[in-house]
Amino acid sequence: MDFGPFLLLAVMEGLVGAAVLALTASGLSLVFGVLRVVNVAHGEFFMLGAVAAWFVSQWVPGPPALAFAVALVACPLLVAGLAALADRLVLKRLAYEPEATIIATIGLLYILQQAALTLYGPEARPVPPPFEARLQLPWFGWSGYKLFVIGAAGAVLAGLWLLLARSRIGLVMRATQIDRETATAFGIDVDRVYAGTFALGAALAAIAAVLIVPIQQAHYLMGGDPLLLSFIVVVIGGLGSLRGTLVAALLIGVSDGVISTFFEPTLAKILATLLVALVLVFRPQGLFGARA
Amino acid sequence: MLTLEGVDAGYGRVQVLRGLSFEARAGEVTCVMGRNGAGKTTMLRAIMGQVAVTSGRIRLDGAALEGLAPHRIPQLGIGHVPQGRRLFGPLTVAENLEIGLMTRGRGSRTRERVLELFPRLRERLDQAASTLSGGEQQMLAIGRALCLEPKLLLLDEPTEGLQPSMIALIRDTVRRLRGMGVAVVLVEQRIEAVLDLADRVAFVETGRVALTLPAADLSPAAPQFARYVGV
Repeated sequence: MDFGPFLLLAVMEGLVGAAVLALTASGLSLVFGVLRVVNVAHGEFFMLGAVAAWFVSQWVPGPPALAFAVALVACPLLVAGLAALADRLVLKRLAYEPEATIIATIGLLYILQQAALTLYGPEARPVPPPFEARLQLPWFGWSGYKLFVIGAAGAVLAGLWLLLARSRIGLVMRATQIDRETATAFGIDVDRVYAGTFALGAALAAIAAVLIVPIQQAHYLMGGDPLLLSFIVVVIGGLGSLRGTLVAALLIGVSDGVISTFFEPTLAKILATLLVALVLVFRPQGLFGARA
Repeated sequence: MLTLEGVDAGYGRVQVLRGLSFEARAGEVTCVMGRNGAGKTTMLRAIMGQVAVTSGRIRLDGAALEGLAPHRIPQLGIGHVPQGRRLFGPLTVAENLEIGLMTRGRGSRTRERVLELFPRLRERLDQAASTLSGGEQQMLAIGRALCLEPKLLLLDEPTEGLQPSMIALIRDTVRRLRGMGVAVVLVEQRIEAVLDLADRVAFVETGRVALTLPAADLSPAAPQFARYVGV
């Protein structure tokens, strides 16, 4: 294959990664932005979404598209429910204190991971894609499902933007993010906002997982990479900035795809980590974050 | 309307209010005066549930406020304009007002009433609150609290750092609210503002109300100002 089509293929693969990363990292960014909690267990919510999607694929009879549709709705709801429970049982009791919640979410990471190992097992298991379609370009053919992943992630992110920027729920979340005490003085139940935001952040990770699991396999240790890349994206984009998160996800996702295709996946991770280091040194608030 | 009886409150181990008793009545402006650190702001924060009340009673029309979840307190009809305004800076003027309207306001009717009171805000609806001038920010802070349709309004030094025309506008607004039957609690340090607006003046000293007098009994040279406020 010539260089041009090869580059196009690499960019398209990178866009799939970027779309899933944007969803996962938006959840992490949202939780940090509103709750000021660095959720180290965020990758495990991603893993739970994928594992739950595998169970759904086994339990729901009929064509894979039906199981996929059920998984796309049920798994994020299940993971959101678990996250809300974790918020109630752990984060709220720690009064959302930043240092304590880091330690607590590390504990949560291991609890979820080991629970998945116990209930799901150590195997990596495939989930069938909802449909088999091929996009035939003049130079190569490409999975139609991957195109669907990009479109679906874009639609969810557009919905998230509408929720935050145009709805009353979003206004309440933004007001709470800006000043928790003043929000309370206007009748906003901050505890409910926190629980809802934590659940929404987890649900975004689970949606990303359900979308990607027909391409990657579900495995109880699969939460590590999304967590690391989400942190990289959120730091580069600016903690709590959704716009920054999306731009950084595109940058990291596409560069990861291109570098992995032409060189080595490890080199892509090294360069992304180097970029984080540069951002932390020269622009600690991130590309779009506000200076503290 | 509002009564505080023997209230102890503070921050962690630091007790600020020590057996504080206070009363605010409907259709009256009660000014609260005292030296820095006397407990004026803490009293307002205790009413709003923002500091822990360790003993004593706070009642609004007979309903207990102490022990209520803080977000329930504004739902009972208490508006608070805190010191320093604490607007939602990145949000627009319209969004700041919307936050006020969510809890108790009657939607567009309340919003219109607030915008009639402060027409300048109507011209700035799509502007971020942080980009307003100091006077406009104070208008928004008061307007946002009025969106709650409060029967009790707590104002913490609302004229601090404002130009005279803006101070006059805020005083005028307070008078109108009193005329509408709202109980206003005004923390204020300027004697002329207090004498101009207040029906009663409560002097706070070391965490308790040491003396409450009708404003009509006070003059600019009254010894209580020197004794309790140091002016």
